[in-house]
Amino acid sequence: MNANTFRYCLHLADNALVLGQRNAEWTGHGPVLEQDIALTNISLDLLGQARNLYQYAASLYNGFNKAEQQELADLIPRPWKSYNRELQEDDLAYLRDERQFLNVLITELPIGDWAFSTLRQFFFSAFQQLQYQQLEKAADPHLAAIAEKSLKEVTYHLRWSGEWVIRLGDGTEESYSRISKALKALWPYTGELFSRAAYEPSTDRMPTLEAAWMEKIAHVFAEARLEVPAGDWHQTGGKEGRHTEHLGYLLAEMQYLQRTYPNATW
Amino acid sequence: MNEVNPHSSIAEQEIWTLLEEVKDPEVPVLSVTDLGIIRAVMVKALSVPKKDQEVLITITPTYSGCPAMDVISMDIRLKLIEKGYRNVQIRQQLSPAWTTDWMTEEGKSKLKAYGIAPPNPRQQYCTSDMFREEAVPCPRCQSYHTELISQFASTACKAMYRCLDCREAFDYFKCH
Repeated sequence: MNANTFRYCLHLADNALVLGQRNAEWTGHGPVLEQDIALTNISLDLLGQARNLYQYAASLYNGFNKAEQQELADLIPRPWKSYNRELQEDDLAYLRDERQFLNVLITELPIGDWAFSTLRQFFFSAFQQLQYQQLEKAADPHLAAIAEKSLKEVTYHLRWSGEWVIRLGDGTEESYSRISKALKALWPYTGELFSRAAYEPSTDRMPTLEAAWMEKIAHVFAEARLEVPAGDWHQTGGKEGRHTEHLGYLLAEMQYLQRTYPNATW
Repeated sequence: MNEVNPHSSIAEQEIWTLLEEVKDPEVPVLSVTDLGIIRAVMVKALSVPKKDQEVLITITPTYSGCPAMDVISMDIRLKLIEKGYRNVQIRQQLSPAWTTDWMTEEGKSKLKAYGIAPPNPRQQYCTSDMFREEAVPCPRCQSYHTELISQFASTACKAMYRCLDCREAFDYFKCH
């Protein structure tokens, strides 16, 4: 049970960190300055959520007994074992290998064009809002507090990304073709959001979540002149650490400093 | 939301007053008490000299990723050390989540004087509905004839607006 909470925490944190890191790639490359700043502000929010979750995961681990810690050996970063100190948030973010990351695949896909990044954010924020609304009522007071705090931020993310989906879908021929292409590429990655991993709390009602998510998507798509794709085949694996080829490159860049100069600070 | 608890001790009230001197590093006209991020002040062992008194301060972040929180914690610690408190603990608390409703009226007028439109009350506008613009008066010419440029601005807690009368762009400390 305890071990599952730790895994679940890492999964939530990895989702936020990986998508935050991806969005941050837009820094200095957005179509206009204000929107560049908007997306990187969303990155900052996600990074903050990830930090809260990693801090909680680390404190859980440090409080576990030997047997519980042993059960989680597969997720603990190897370099940390030689540090002889308690586990910290940065160890979890900067020292775990690709197979130890539990984020959903949709968060790690390369940024693509503006349509791809905003549509991905919309799919993810719509899901995160529903997920955190459930988590806010969780029995674990720490997770409930993190969810309560994050929800206010997610509300802004959802609004901003939803507006972009409508703007692009109901825009010009060019913008419509871009977002249609992004939709085709992203859709097979949305189903993983609703496939439950063994460590996810069984109180999360996945079918209810999925129905509510579909409703939100359909509502915005109707305004955006987009159609909900028919196919129901989906990519999975991220929640168990089986990733696309893209995650390794992201981690190599993000983790470079701590791996090259262990425990460096500034 | 910042009113000093009438049952708090004189030492605690003194610390509340000291905290008014600690500024938000991102918006230096606001103190941490104006912002409403100080959730509790507790002083234990009142009979001992100041330097041995145990001071426990609870703060809450405005946004999860607010990079100013570490600086704010340090500034609070330094301020109290400067005033003779040596045993200071600062704790972060996430729930209940911070809201702009906790900002003091004084804080709101300081913001406005600084050129940042203060947050509207939450009950007036805090929605995820799309393409809805909040009526924000220009902090310079008071005109409501303004438009949203971006929901996100120089920091996570602000949005960017433009006044259509005096043509100036300005920050709006958005409702949260």
